[in-house]
Amino acid sequence: MTPVDPVTIWSIIIGLAIGSYSLRFVFIGLVGDRPMPPWLLRHLRYTAVAILPALIAPLVVWPTATEGQPDIPRMAAAAVALSVGVITKNVLAAIFCGAATLYGLLYLLG
Amino acid sequence: MADTTSKSYFWKGFRDGTPFIFVAIPFGTLFGVFATEAGLNIVQTMAFTSTVFAGAAQFAALQLLQDQTPTAIILVSALAVNLRMAMYSASLTPYLGAAPMWQRACAAYLTVDQSYACSIVQFEKEPRMTVPQRMAYFVGSVTPITPLWIFATYLGAVLGTRIPESWALDFALPITFLAMIGPMMRTLPHVVAALVAIVVSLLTAGIPYNLGLLIAGCAGMMAGAQAELFAERRKATS
Repeated sequence: MTPVDPVTIWSIIIGLAIGSYSLRFVFIGLVGDRPMPPWLLRHLRYTAVAILPALIAPLVVWPTATEGQPDIPRMAAAAVALSVGVITKNVLAAIFCGAATLYGLLYLLG
Repeated sequence: MADTTSKSYFWKGFRDGTPFIFVAIPFGTLFGVFATEAGLNIVQTMAFTSTVFAGAAQFAALQLLQDQTPTAIILVSALAVNLRMAMYSASLTPYLGAAPMWQRACAAYLTVDQSYACSIVQFEKEPRMTVPQRMAYFVGSVTPITPLWIFATYLGAVLGTRIPESWALDFALPITFLAMIGPMMRTLPHVVAALVAIVVSLLTAGIPYNLGLLIAGCAGMMAGAQAELFAERRKATS
């Protein structure tokens, strides 16, 4: 466990709290019943589905725990978690199967 | 919201939202554990989870914090994960926009994946609901999970300090995210957005301050939007 600078942490917490609330409030609170441009809604639809994979992909290919060396148990666990999620649409089942793959392979290969 | 029909819609929302406690409890606990691993104390963890109140963005911020990313980039990236909340807010506006301001201000705080998913289905199914009935349903749908999410985070933060390093928790976060991504692949444009984002993020991984993440996120969004337009045009011409 590494101690983190409290100023950094509190800036992130407060910034995210205000930012997240503003995002939720902007339309229901300020826009009211006026319609919004379709191009904006079209981009908003794909933000989460773009930013989350972009965050994870480098961590899967170059894991921090192995100092950036590609690692079979972690790659396999990632593939299993993603596939089970796509097929079953069940997040908890996907986490469980991914974790089982990671620990199973770490045990067998380690 | 005091009349009997609003009350019964509150309880209908409550019942429809109850299954999500099986998501809120484990995720809240995981967040508490990860936050502790990342070096946050209990007060910081609890302030984080109760004010931001958005699982995926909280997890994203923690991951970037561990990668020594500058604060501004952490904020922009985590808020980008939360941009879908703006979409929920926009989509709920035609149904709840006529409610009093204080109610809309509360509803904004309670806008999460679960309350949105329950409410939009219910509002479309019963278009004749009044605004107070809709508001009662919306608040009801999020009532079972809010206190449990906060309590589960506390539990995780307390437990987190006792988990040994050998448990390979470094990879629990990527697995959690990958598991969340799976069910998001609802249409071809969603898949296109994710694939483009992955390719660009790997190509731009060398750029400092994790700026590659923002470039890849934008590329993915634009790819998804273009794929959707392309699919619509093909449907229109065929």
